[in-house]
Amino acid sequence: MIYSETRSFPPWYFLVPGVAVGIGVILPLIYLLVRAFEAETEVLIQIIFRARTVHLLGNTLTLVIGVVGTGILLAAPLAWITTRTDLKGKRIFTLLGVLPLAIPGYVMAYALLGLSGPHGTFAILFGPSFPNLRGYWGALIALSFYTFPYFFLNLRTALMGLDPTIEESAYSLGGSPQTVFFRAILPQLRPALYASGLLVALHVLGDFGVVSLMRYETFSYALYTQYSAAFDRTYAAWLALMLLVLTGSLLYIEGRLLRGSKFHRAGSGVSHQASPISLGVWRIPTYLYLGVLTLASIVAPIVTIGFWTLKGVDSSHMQDFFRALSGSFLVSMPAAVLTAALAIPLAYLGVRYSSLICRTLERSAYIGYATPPLAFALALIFFFRGMAIYQTLWILIYAYTIHFLAEAIGPVRSALYQASPRLEEAARSLGYRPLRAFFKSTFPLLRSGVIVSTAFVFLAAMKELPLTFLLSPAGYETLAVNVWSYTTEAMFAEGARYALAIVLGSALFVGLLLMQDARTPHEYMEA
Amino acid sequence: MLKYLVGVLSLLLTVSTVYATDDRELVVYSGRSKGLIHPIIKQFEKETGITVKVRYGNTAQLAVALLEEGAESPADLFWAQDAGALGAVSKHGLFQNLPESVLAKVPAKFRNADGTWTATSGRARVLAYAPERVKTEEVPKSVFDLTDAKWQGRVGWAPQNASFQAFVTAMRVLKGEEKTKEWLRGMKANGAKTYPKNTPIIRGLAAGEIDLGLPNHYYLMRFKKSDSGFPVEQTFFSAGDPGNLVNIAGIGVLKSSTRTEAVNTFVEYLLSPKVQQFFISEVFEYPVTGAGIPSAKLLPPDELVKLTPEINLEKLDDLEGTLKLLREADIL
Repeated sequence: MIYSETRSFPPWYFLVPGVAVGIGVILPLIYLLVRAFEAETEVLIQIIFRARTVHLLGNTLTLVIGVVGTGILLAAPLAWITTRTDLKGKRIFTLLGVLPLAIPGYVMAYALLGLSGPHGTFAILFGPSFPNLRGYWGALIALSFYTFPYFFLNLRTALMGLDPTIEESAYSLGGSPQTVFFRAILPQLRPALYASGLLVALHVLGDFGVVSLMRYETFSYALYTQYSAAFDRTYAAWLALMLLVLTGSLLYIEGRLLRGSKFHRAGSGVSHQASPISLGVWRIPTYLYLGVLTLASIVAPIVTIGFWTLKGVDSSHMQDFFRALSGSFLVSMPAAVLTAALAIPLAYLGVRYSSLICRTLERSAYIGYATPPLAFALALIFFFRGMAIYQTLWILIYAYTIHFLAEAIGPVRSALYQASPRLEEAARSLGYRPLRAFFKSTFPLLRSGVIVSTAFVFLAAMKELPLTFLLSPAGYETLAVNVWSYTTEAMFAEGARYALAIVLGSALFVGLLLMQDARTPHEYMEA
Repeated sequence: MLKYLVGVLSLLLTVSTVYATDDRELVVYSGRSKGLIHPIIKQFEKETGITVKVRYGNTAQLAVALLEEGAESPADLFWAQDAGALGAVSKHGLFQNLPESVLAKVPAKFRNADGTWTATSGRARVLAYAPERVKTEEVPKSVFDLTDAKWQGRVGWAPQNASFQAFVTAMRVLKGEEKTKEWLRGMKANGAKTYPKNTPIIRGLAAGEIDLGLPNHYYLMRFKKSDSGFPVEQTFFSAGDPGNLVNIAGIGVLKSSTRTEAVNTFVEYLLSPKVQQFFISEVFEYPVTGAGIPSAKLLPPDELVKLTPEINLEKLDDLEGTLKLLREADIL
């Protein structure tokens, strides 16, 4: 890239946040290494080199591949329909592509478990039963149905940002629809696919809620049973490290695949939007597909929560409910804003500077995302115990920020790719100092990316459990903690209100955020 | 944006000072879930004026967190769902000795020998049966009888359930690995039906899918509370049978705690007749002090002590070995 050769060393105000994040990511690694090497060498060899490791690796990888594949299959048509066709109600279907993010994974898993099997709701309502959804298929379906929005949002943004003149040229050169798709469109969607694929893959690696309810043994599930089965921190640390090696490999692969991609245009916005394709008779199967997707990813879990309220009398107090509600918002909102703010310098380092250290700093955020939350929480206990900030909201927000940063970087990075560095150079040539030039030229173009980042982190933070359990101030409660507390005791009626509040609260906040972003790129240009 | 950030952060600063601790309050790490103990905590606060801050979580995760915190733990008490976790914390020397006055209230079987933790309530493994299809005199006397051809395809169990696994661990400790493995294989060969957890076993008995089941004792009571004619009964095996295992929920005081008086008040409160009665009538768990109005449905504690096998409950922390055995027997 032309510009990065002229400026190889970033200014301090981008570098300092980057280094801070890097340190935040390294702390858990140090902890894990300390714990991992407490055992004697012979024991270590027994622990690591055994059939079980291969079994876990196989289970984990097949789940990752399955969820990424299913996610793309679910999301790609939706992204295409909502950007390129003349279908009515595209705005609503766009919202439907985002809402599943508000559904906690464990609620999704409960929904599937309740629906399937000979005693399931489906069998009771309609007669025929489909097999018990658990194990691999249960985990695959539950995870796919609430992670596909990551693909959807990224693909949608990419499709909207595509310059239609490229396709038009391809057609004019005599290309068939297939060749146009594979030669002209797909290559431009690659960065979006890689970024969301990486995020979803790492999400699956770290997921515990779904795999535990579905009883499918992955690394993170094994990690959890290790802590509870033997209170053994050594083997658990090794499992966490193996998980991180896997993450490192995925990061490396994604980095290799992405290398050499350049996608920004001279200005912002698109020369003109592609003309919408008429669906014709395909309208009916399209609505059918949208209907099934909505039923499975949104209606089923919300109806499941509805059923919970029928399962008994709710004996919980409204006062407790409001305390948990404010608890959730009070930590999720600052974490979301802080994380999105940190994502800007990190994405900037990764996109605008080619030096190894800058790219490493950006990538380190993904390590933070993939570090199993339980191990991450224990690491922070290990380093911060006894200090004044231990078990305050500060440490919880810090933990959320480091853990969820990867979710925030993606959208900002995509926006940066499309914002030409020449604008900033122009601003500097007009006499603005570098930081001011950034705020005057590039920052406004990041607006929608930053908004999506904030939304991602907020949604994730509202559902978060393992970090909250161990790092929040004693007596501090969130909605998610209450859902977990009640549902594990099968007190579903009490848990329902809290689960519903997560879904509605998340939807409301994200709705508000996205309304901020209702303007099209063209309006940006004119504004 | 910057203005907003500063605003949020200063708000947080205010909140974090509100959350700072003082002497008239206790910090409890609780592996017992909020749904079960919240009323007790509320009542304690009202009666004593001591504020209780509870960190709810998973028993094992809280135990590991306590191990990491070591001497610098802000927790005063650890209230755990099972004895294994209490054993792990105790083994690392993180518990204080409980005062004699507390220990004297609880039978030796329900506390550890060093006096570092005590049970607060108990839950028993039982044999549930459908009286419509199994006569009282036919009911097996030992869990080992369930592999008999007579019960082919008639028994339900939940091998993924933590309480079931604790029972298998107890069987390994009491009868050895070989005999346990033989029993597990025998059960599988005899067509034992697998259920995801305890409640479906009870439902399966009522629906006629199975005639015998191996659940925890309190699930049937929850059913009977809303339907006294529910067609399922339960009983114990002969005295000392591993199938009668009584596991406990218990509490210990962290060495790092300096609020001795408040801590003792809390532990004594949990063992008081009123709270023991609460466990009996609301949670349907067994009392451990002999206090409380005897319930028609629950045995008195001294009889329970006779029925339950002679076992050191802290030995139940080797779940790893049990999982391995269940996998080898092709059950998990």
